[in-house]
Amino acid sequence: MAVVTPKMIGERIKRREDPRLIQGLGTYVDDIKLPGMLHLAFKRSDIAHGIIKSIDVSEAQSMPGVELVITGAELKEFLPPMPIGTPFPSPDHYSVAVDRVRYQGEPVAVVVAADRYLARDAADAIVVDYEVLPAVIDPEVAMQGQPALVHEAFENNLAVPYVPGGTGFDAEAGTVDNSAVDKAFAEADFTLSQRMMNQRLAPTAMEARGVVAHYEPGKDTLTIWSSTQNPHILKTFVAALTGIPDNQVRAIAPEVGGGFGCKINIYGEDYVAAALSKQLGKPLKWIEDRSEAFQATIHGRGILAYVDICGKNDGKVTGLKIKLIADIGAYNMILTAAIPTLTMLMLNGTYDIPAIRAELTEVFTNKMPTDAYRGAGRPEGTYFVERAMDMVARHLGMDPAEVKRKNFIKADQFPFATQMGAVYDSGDYEKTLDLALKNANWEGLKAERDRAKSEGRLVGLGVSFYVEVCGLGPSASLPTGGWEYSSVTVERSGKVTATTGSSPHGQGNETTFSQMLADQFGIPMSDVTILHGDTGVVKQGIGTFGSRSQAVGGTVLMKAGDKVKDKMARFAAAMLNPNEETDASEMVFQDGTIYFRDAPGNSVTFADVAAYAYVPVPLPEGLDPGLSEQAFWEPSNNTYPYGCHISMIEIDRDTGEPKLLKLIAVDDCGTVVNPLIVEGQIHGGLAQGIGQAMIEEVVYDDDGQLITGSFMDYAMPRATDFPRFELDKTVTPTPVNPLGAKGVGEAGTLGSTPCIVNAAVDALSEFGVTHIDMMLRPEKLWRIINQGGKS
Amino acid sequence: MIPQEFQYRRATSIDEAISLLKESGDEGKFLAGGHSLVPLMKLRLSEPGVLIDISRIPQLSGITEKDGTIQIGAGVTHAEVASSDLVRRLCPVVSECAAEIGDPQVRNRGTLGGSLAHADPAADYPAVMVALNAEVHIKGPGGWRAVKSGDFFQDLFTVDLAEDEIIAAVQFRPARNAAYAKLHQRASHYALVGVAAVLEMEGRTCRSASIGITGATGHAQHLANVESALSGKELTPETIAAAARIAADDLEEVNVDLHASEEYRRDMVRVFTKRAVEQAASR
Ligand SMILES: Cc1cc2nc3c(=O)[nH]c(=O)nc-3n(C[C@H](O)[C@H](O)[C@H](O)COP(=O)(O)OP(=O)(O)OC[C@H]3O[C@@H](n4cnc5c(N)ncnc54)[C@H](O)[C@@H]3O)c2cc1C
Repeated sequence: MAVVTPKMIGERIKRREDPRLIQGLGTYVDDIKLPGMLHLAFKRSDIAHGIIKSIDVSEAQSMPGVELVITGAELKEFLPPMPIGTPFPSPDHYSVAVDRVRYQGEPVAVVVAADRYLARDAADAIVVDYEVLPAVIDPEVAMQGQPALVHEAFENNLAVPYVPGGTGFDAEAGTVDNSAVDKAFAEADFTLSQRMMNQRLAPTAMEARGVVAHYEPGKDTLTIWSSTQNPHILKTFVAALTGIPDNQVRAIAPEVGGGFGCKINIYGEDYVAAALSKQLGKPLKWIEDRSEAFQATIHGRGILAYVDICGKNDGKVTGLKIKLIADIGAYNMILTAAIPTLTMLMLNGTYDIPAIRAELTEVFTNKMPTDAYRGAGRPEGTYFVERAMDMVARHLGMDPAEVKRKNFIKADQFPFATQMGAVYDSGDYEKTLDLALKNANWEGLKAERDRAKSEGRLVGLGVSFYVEVCGLGPSASLPTGGWEYSSVTVERSGKVTATTGSSPHGQGNETTFSQMLADQFGIPMSDVTILHGDTGVVKQGIGTFGSRSQAVGGTVLMKAGDKVKDKMARFAAAMLNPNEETDASEMVFQDGTIYFRDAPGNSVTFADVAAYAYVPVPLPEGLDPGLSEQAFWEPSNNTYPYGCHISMIEIDRDTGEPKLLKLIAVDDCGTVVNPLIVEGQIHGGLAQGIGQAMIEEVVYDDDGQLITGSFMDYAMPRATDFPRFELDKTVTPTPVNPLGAKGVGEAGTLGSTPCIVNAAVDALSEFGVTHIDMMLRPEKLWRIINQGGKS
Repeated sequence: MIPQEFQYRRATSIDEAISLLKESGDEGKFLAGGHSLVPLMKLRLSEPGVLIDISRIPQLSGITEKDGTIQIGAGVTHAEVASSDLVRRLCPVVSECAAEIGDPQVRNRGTLGGSLAHADPAADYPAVMVALNAEVHIKGPGGWRAVKSGDFFQDLFTVDLAEDEIIAAVQFRPARNAAYAKLHQRASHYALVGVAAVLEMEGRTCRSASIGITGATGHAQHLANVESALSGKELTPETIAAAARIAADDLEEVNVDLHASEEYRRDMVRVFTKRAVEQAASR
């Protein structure tokens, strides 16, 4: 194997994607225009829960330009219920509701028309008569079977009645031995209890969803463009549901304007577009509008926890009990039921807690289903644990950073098997904590806070430490398979084309992957093209989610690259030394040339070797022509990146308005291929986490009407909401992949929410408050200030 | 945006706009910056058949100083007001108010006339115009008329303006001792509560006070009790606090929504009245 001289890896390279995106030269789904293309509009339920008594489509059908109006009951004849990706029992979920609606915004009928405006006019002209049923909104009331059942077959609205986990849980036997946990609580010096809500959020990708489906009857092929994070999974699922064989379906993710997890799902609209295109033999387009995006694209979070934490007066935490109740909404989507299990998985946090009992219940309500949203279960777990750890520090009057340090899993304990069944690959938490405290000038910051408090200002400090599960994962951990695919081709000209099953939608993999191949082959980055997002081009793939692109997609790219490189080295050796038996592993690729390690003065150019490989006269013995290889690879384990976040906030005593003054973060995501991109990912994650802590919340009223149905009421964080983030890193490469990269896409959302709420509690400590639920709505804080600690 | 079908006309003068509106029967609506009307059309809560674009009418543009007053054309955008040297020099409260509206995109499109005509209960300008006792210049088929801002705002989204009348400009006497204080709704950045204070000061004594409020109730209005509590008083922390304390007392039908309860809004009226008056007095 030739030596790679690191050049591009680790460099702050600006994203190659950006010039086209910021100049409006990208092609998104809505930019796809096909001859004869018709447009879809969905008639959606304006109530949360009810029985469809009748649907009158006569007026819609008679409108000029309307090709087809079809109801859920009619579609059911040829479109089966949507599949999910988890093993949990699930009610039938049709793309379009058949006889009952279960959330506001659920589709009840579909219009196909000549343009989008006509389609929408016709959808408005459809009249649906409902028998309105009581809306099931509060998950804890829902669990009593009140005020109604969302699905008749699911008693007490329990989607997943009970999943235990933690110390003494035997997964194989299905038994729970509580003795260790009971003992920990019985022998503790203190126990603290708190109910905590991790509220629902709307993902609000800048580009909403969209799909173009083009069935060609002559070929019996379907091409489907969709704003998706995983075109290969989309292809598989759409093929299965429409009955078109998967080798006749091509799925394309063109430019995708953000996903944050919400575009992992394959939605009813995707299936309907495909099925109706097949039925009509015409290309169809559907583009989601913003109101639909709020109502009918998955929400995130929505998990309630009852937390008990116990410990010793020296700050050692000895036990944790967490009861999770997930408000999953009206149906199971692709990963809905699995997301709260990730919350459970993370309940060990970064601590060596000897006894943990966790329980999870998932509840149906008349709301949009929840599913993966940036962090997907892990921010919720982190939040509960980090809030509880902070409560311990406050209870004992200790420095929260020192309570963490006292309970940390130590560097020499890795790999560390947690009570929750994870095996943390690597870590040195104290090092990261120390760097964060140093960067923050922690002691100075505390003095500054104390000074401000003595002047009557409500200033508080928060610190949080998170661990995340990333780089998903071995196939055992993912229903889709946990591998990734890549191919690398050296073209005749010496340029390099690679394909990847990762499907970036803002992560900048065209840049990082080009950096990697440039180093691997000793060629300029500009000679590398990365293709992705098209199942007709990229033979296989899983996709981009779970912070897996660099760790898994990057590694498999390297593996495919190595295969080509190996072959190319042998061609080069044959050129340099035609008559001798030579060792190709002694070849060096550098600066566009290839040479023997011992004879750098005698080289061939990369391009000449490429040309030779495609016209190999004479053909070297044991070699076939061409330079194109592919690889599949899956990691043996997930990766567990981590970090420490510190914040300072001030709360206006008169209005309750919180203001974030400082945010210091030190993240450890292992090897960093491009610091600029990593920092960008952290910035984005922080923005969304701070958004959750301070201003974002999906709110339904008691009738199940979505109150936060537009950006007028759902606050999306803006640059002006933030101070300058102060970022730094430690680098602890993972042993799980040869790159050492762990994943960073979601990290910012984990550390930030507890960090900020901890700071808010600190700021309001004089009012005796020990916990505040997110979001930090000014009125809520005003009440604490004015009404003595009750939030 | 997928609105109902509509026709689009562009007017080049006030009179043409009025006659185009007349031609459209009941179907027409003026379109200025579109930042209140278009969001409604997007949701199909407003479905005008004809849009008469008035945003390029020269007579509606421009900021001028005349006989000791400032006149701002109805078509002037928030961004233009926020950055106007004239307004910032003579009556900074108006540019400061404009600078706090929404976000840069909204300020680049939205207009003063549109804001007043639409009369969102949480809009910022109305409070300032009420406090300045600004005159709203209106032209209709019957000719010109002027209305005091305090009378112009009548109810929720309801103003003293007929369908076929157009706001041409707003005119007010510039005030030095004036300030606008606002509690932002974090999603839209409209005012949860906004208070404008315009004071006539003689030394430390307030000869007269004019207070305009928005966000708290159905429409912008004067806070008469605060005005009389301040008038004739020497402004000290105590007198200001005393006046602010009663600021919410006479308010009826206080707005309640996701973002603020009545109780909180009432207290914010007190808080922001105090802030506006303090700031106005200190200028
Ligand atoms: C995201 C967002 C945030 C916003 N935040 C704020 C905020 O913080 N504070 C705030 O005050 N406002 C806010 N606004 C509203 C914004 O200021 C609007 O621009 C303004 O209210 C309306 O002005 P316009 O020129 O856009 O009017 P249009 O939308 O064009 O028109 C509004 C109405 O007024 C009528 N009209 C317009 N001009 C005239 C005229 N000259 N004579 C007679 N009738 C006329 C129209 O027919 C229509 O009925 C926000 C808007 C958006 C979209």
